[in-house]
Amino acid sequence: MKSNAVALPTQEMLINMGPQHPSTHGVLRVILRTDGEVVVNAKPDVGYLHRALEKIGERVTYAQYMPFTDRLDYLASMNCNAAWCWTVEKLAGIEVPERAEYIRVIVCELNRIASHLIAFGSFTADMGAFTPFLYAIRERERINDLFEDICGNRLTYNYVRIGGVSADLPDRFLEKTKEFLDYFEPKVPEYNKLISYNKIFVHRLANIAVATPEDAVAYGLTGPNLRGSGVPFDLRKNEPYSVYPKFDFDVCVGTGERGTLGDCFDRYMVRINEMKESVKILRQAIAQIPEGPVMAKVPRMFKPPVGEVYFRAENPRGETGFYLISDGTVNPYRLKIRAPSFVTMNIFEKITKGLMIADVVAVIGSFDIILPEIDR
Amino acid sequence: MEPKEIFEKVQARFGEAAVELQEEGFRPAFLVVAPEKVREIGRFLRDDPAMKFDSLMCLSGVDYPDRFAVAYHLHSLAIGHRIGVKVYLPKEAPSLPSVDEVWPAANFQEREAFDLFGIVFEGSWDLRRILLPEDWEGHPLRKDYKYPEFYHGIKV
Repeated sequence: MKSNAVALPTQEMLINMGPQHPSTHGVLRVILRTDGEVVVNAKPDVGYLHRALEKIGERVTYAQYMPFTDRLDYLASMNCNAAWCWTVEKLAGIEVPERAEYIRVIVCELNRIASHLIAFGSFTADMGAFTPFLYAIRERERINDLFEDICGNRLTYNYVRIGGVSADLPDRFLEKTKEFLDYFEPKVPEYNKLISYNKIFVHRLANIAVATPEDAVAYGLTGPNLRGSGVPFDLRKNEPYSVYPKFDFDVCVGTGERGTLGDCFDRYMVRINEMKESVKILRQAIAQIPEGPVMAKVPRMFKPPVGEVYFRAENPRGETGFYLISDGTVNPYRLKIRAPSFVTMNIFEKITKGLMIADVVAVIGSFDIILPEIDR
Repeated sequence: MEPKEIFEKVQARFGEAAVELQEEGFRPAFLVVAPEKVREIGRFLRDDPAMKFDSLMCLSGVDYPDRFAVAYHLHSLAIGHRIGVKVYLPKEAPSLPSVDEVWPAANFQEREAFDLFGIVFEGSWDLRRILLPEDWEGHPLRKDYKYPEFYHGIKV
């Protein structure tokens, strides 16, 4: 039988995903070149939220810069606050009281849980499961309540100070945190039952967007994204700062348990497991926290010595680094923020080649990017 | 490996291209190298079995009073040591070879330095403005940057 099929003309299509798109977690624009449903090339276009935070840094004093670090990664403000303080303290050689360091670790780990909860919730929502998001928000609300007790704020905390923290912990805070941990710990297995090993969910993530360990290192992935590729590197363990060496916890890595090592599922699972490790750290910190002052003596006209320092801290989204150049005046001479999400976007174009359009959503969610940090 | 040993190794291999070692007041210490050799030195630092600087943590442009600079912060996951590499560039038409084929992580950060400082990275995969609009005039992180009064005819 003679086929009467005609060769249909096909052509590649250019699609704008974003900047206003529910799954891009902010104002990220991805320029997709597609062949039918398959992505030929996906170029991220960033910068819609650029607020010149580095330029502002050259105009304000070291202490005044604190609220701006809140707005770097608003889901992990405590971590950004603390990273900035550790940088300045390293530059100026300030000794921080031990109690203050313990408080910092406690708030940072609580914030890490809160941030990973949002990562978990929004990622599952992107994949079409709305319920887990509500569970995540419910738990995060209790962390927000704890932070409200500490500093009055629920999103941008501005709590950590150069030389310590702005105020000691309120009454019953440690007991309340303990209660929260007792409540939260059994929730993690519940999430796994609810969604993690759900067949549809696993199918959406396994073997998608594989970042090999070599690529992950070369392209500058950090934090859970790097560990998702099976590289056991955690700054809290490998380059310890603050009082982290005193705590016993494991570095979670991807294992390729449902597909290939370094796929979306591994990155997702690392975050789930890290929440349990944060609980471990918190329990130890609460048990060990000493009494004492929470603020070192830092002069009001704070002038650090001339010098250059690079400090990096393990934040929920990876390595947040500050490269700080001081010329001995009250303002930084130059301040460069090494934002983990920004560097992570480097690998985006490479990793999305040949995926389906719907998988691009999975990739964005699995990297857990946050736009204010990318655009600064 | 100590910064001094690394510097001596680079000096033994590249001679004059290793200019100096900045240690006092710099954490981590910086190797200052000649701009035209930065890609080869980068590859040497990455591939040498005793150094293995496989990860580029941070790449920053700097506008010093008398010259520009590009600072690279390197870390070795395999060995666990770190070092800085710095390149000084003239105020007029600053340019240097791109290192994105040595460390792909450099690409976005080079684009950022190009965007905000006007430093040109020759041989880069894709050197465009990244944070600012394509038609922006000037490079805001330069110390002599003048704030624009108008943007597309709109008073700011």
